[in-house]
Amino acid sequence: MSQTAAERFLEQYRTFESNGAGQSPEWIKKLRADAVRRFEETGFPTTRDEEWRFTSVKPIFEKEFALTGQPDREFDDNFIDPNAFRVAVINGKFSSENSVLEGLPEGVTVMSLAHASASHPDLVSRYLGKQAATGGNAFSSLSSAFLRDGVFVHVAAGVEVGKPIEILFAAVEEGVVEHPRVLVVAEPNARLQLVENFVGDEGSRYLRNCVSEIFVEEGAGVELCRLQRESKSAYHTATTHVKQERSSKFDATLVVLGSLIARHDLTYVLDGEGAEGTLRGLYLLDGKQHVDHNTVIDHAMPNCQSKEFLNGVLDGESHAVFTGRIVVREDAQKTDSKQSNNNVLLSESARVDSQPQLEIYADDVRCTHGATLGPLNEDSVLYLRTRGISEVEARRMLTYGFGVEIIDAIGIDGVRESLNQMVRDRLLVEV
Amino acid sequence: MTGIEQQVTQPYKYGFITDIEADSLPPGLNEDVVRWISAKKEEPEWMTEWRLKAYRHWVTMTEPNWANVKFEPVDYQSIVYFAAPKRPEDGPQSLDEVDPELLKTFEKLGIPISEQKILSGVAVDAVFDSVSVATTYKDTLAKEGVIFCSFSEAVKEHPDLVRKYLGSVVPTTDNFYAALNSAVFSDGSFCFVPRGVRCPMELSTYFRINAANTGQFERTLIVAEEGASVSYLEGCSAPMRDENQLHAAVVELVALDDAKIKYSTVQNWYPGDENGVGGIYNFVTKRGKCSGRNSKISWTQVETGSAITWKYPSCILQGDNSVGEFYSVAVTNNRQQADTGTKMIHIGKNTSSTIVSKGISAGKSHNTYRGEVKILKGADGARNYSQCDSMLIGDRCGAHTFPYIDVRNSSAIMEHEASTSKIGEDQIFYCQQRGLSAEDAVSMIVNGFCKEVFKELPMEFAVEAQKLLGITLEGSVG
Repeated sequence: MSQTAAERFLEQYRTFESNGAGQSPEWIKKLRADAVRRFEETGFPTTRDEEWRFTSVKPIFEKEFALTGQPDREFDDNFIDPNAFRVAVINGKFSSENSVLEGLPEGVTVMSLAHASASHPDLVSRYLGKQAATGGNAFSSLSSAFLRDGVFVHVAAGVEVGKPIEILFAAVEEGVVEHPRVLVVAEPNARLQLVENFVGDEGSRYLRNCVSEIFVEEGAGVELCRLQRESKSAYHTATTHVKQERSSKFDATLVVLGSLIARHDLTYVLDGEGAEGTLRGLYLLDGKQHVDHNTVIDHAMPNCQSKEFLNGVLDGESHAVFTGRIVVREDAQKTDSKQSNNNVLLSESARVDSQPQLEIYADDVRCTHGATLGPLNEDSVLYLRTRGISEVEARRMLTYGFGVEIIDAIGIDGVRESLNQMVRDRLLVEV
Repeated sequence: MTGIEQQVTQPYKYGFITDIEADSLPPGLNEDVVRWISAKKEEPEWMTEWRLKAYRHWVTMTEPNWANVKFEPVDYQSIVYFAAPKRPEDGPQSLDEVDPELLKTFEKLGIPISEQKILSGVAVDAVFDSVSVATTYKDTLAKEGVIFCSFSEAVKEHPDLVRKYLGSVVPTTDNFYAALNSAVFSDGSFCFVPRGVRCPMELSTYFRINAANTGQFERTLIVAEEGASVSYLEGCSAPMRDENQLHAAVVELVALDDAKIKYSTVQNWYPGDENGVGGIYNFVTKRGKCSGRNSKISWTQVETGSAITWKYPSCILQGDNSVGEFYSVAVTNNRQQADTGTKMIHIGKNTSSTIVSKGISAGKSHNTYRGEVKILKGADGARNYSQCDSMLIGDRCGAHTFPYIDVRNSSAIMEHEASTSKIGEDQIFYCQQRGLSAEDAVSMIVNGFCKEVFKELPMEFAVEAQKLLGITLEGSVG
């Protein structure tokens, strides 16, 4: 190979910078230039990097990706919540003709990130890239380097959105790389429910590299539901940064059904006293799927609470990786933190690497973590069989119960119901 | 809590230096030094070659940097690689001939080497600055066919056994410190328990680092043949020194079919003063291989000393139905740093492992548990249970838990639990209400926290361990 994957991306960046991307304001250009410099320094990670020990990105770059797809790509309505405000992202761009935003309450702004950077530069520049610039990985640097468009959601102080806002990331064309960006700001005491819904065309191979930055200010409450249903031949790399201020609440549920290789880095910084963060996740994998979750929950201030529960069901030759780090900074006293990662292996060849980690620098804390791996509990199977349920049926029920534990906690009704159906279809049929 | 502070800040009790002339090499390491050590020990050619191979590989390696510890880099060229207590002729023939200064040292440490202690039924192979000076109770062991001697003696007397097992668990290329040890190891213990023999007594070694600036590189090899069983105790203590001293030991255990090995350690090396000056760097590779069916290896450790600890006693569970255990209490205070844990590698069918780790950090210390449980594809029915609890005493210390779990077999069951907390004020209050002082309450709670591990220790070690814990920690909560 004459040119490495990193070099190809750098060349792509130079072309991108000298073409249409040049219309952006100066501060965005600077943000991109800084990011590309970071990327140039690090390059793509290898399995020799501790954080990437179990996930090789090499297969992703066996073929090149084009930066842009067909402009008039057909749009399939794959929205999951029937009641939500709708935002469509096609080719990494905000598509207003496919979005339904009538009736948004006053104080709620939902618009194209590119437009917002031009129309509200002060507001956007105060937040955009502020979290991703530090602590991101090579993929999040790339996202900033190719930053063009995405979604900007802003909820003014004290405003309750009322209905969920669903962002649908439409299917990406074969052989294309897309870098969609989401910026969410919930001002003090605002309330917001958000759905990120990623879909793909089955069988198509592409790379979606997304970054979401979420700011939850004092007393605000945000619920996020993130559904990843990429094509099972596609690659999905994602970074989600969440920054929580005093007494804020953030609650996220991740559901992963798609993609061939996926890596999701998720960071919560609990940066104000009394903040509460919850993260739930469910991954249902089969075939040769490889899904890697790398989460960091950073207790920077005292009296915060965090809970993290990830469940996985693995079939075929799938491979799940979980690295969950809880950091309790000096002085972050009275921290209460729980973490668990439970996995059910349904086939001989499935594999799990789980690394729950605690890093604690304060003494008055309660932190626990746990991880389990194994087949279904034979006692439970026997119990059901003694009640006249067939073995196959019993196994299905138990697996379904294991998955639905996570789904049931979702507070967005429409999403919960649809997801429940999806998990039911998947687990009650396949086991 | 001034009484408490006094307890915490009391100086290292075992700091004294025995003044014996040493027969040392100048500092530095090269192939000649390796050859010199080998020649000095009158080793056969294959042993010299083995060392040289290790040395040549070591030169190509770099120090591991993934551990959660920070320290000044070690200058490997300023270390003295061999220091033997100067003895006329071939060394002591009996206890009477042993330098009385040396015996006094052992006595101060409470090593059971004197007559009275021998009667208590412990055979001792004491390592003093790299050369074994006394081996007791050999006869009783010899009657059973148990070989227990210094490593250099084993190389001379039982070359076939040594050659067969040396490096079979920890190869010379295993890691930076193991390679270094393989090149320059000066002495250690060798134990061989033949087929069907239950070793009639608990075997024990006491290590001490004595001369300034001498790294100590022991090598321990324990082999239990089919159906044999042995319990081995290791205790460590070093006198107070201002410069950091390197200790890079290697311990290899081999258990054949139905064999059992229990290895217990109390490590109490000089941890440095309250500002983190001095103290031992303890970079040790310990690994056991359950190569036979139904074999069992059990590690128990109480770690209270050393400035830096880098230590992961591991089990390779190769034989079907083999069992690995790891029980650990690690205590750090002042500026100590410990990165310790275990590796359980499940290869055989129906293998099981248990990990119980208790970490206590106080002062400005950092205590990390790092453990790996790996269940390979062929390990049907493998079972692991891990529990790692940390206790924090004071708000400037750190407790970290980094387990690595890698499962490739769907019939395996693996559970990991960890918790971190401080001593509950309500618990102390409850005890105080019943008339206990705050210090006694803390001591009681900490001892209770470590109970699961202490009960695995042989009697005499359990007493020492509780005492050590008391010295390091008693009443550091206020």
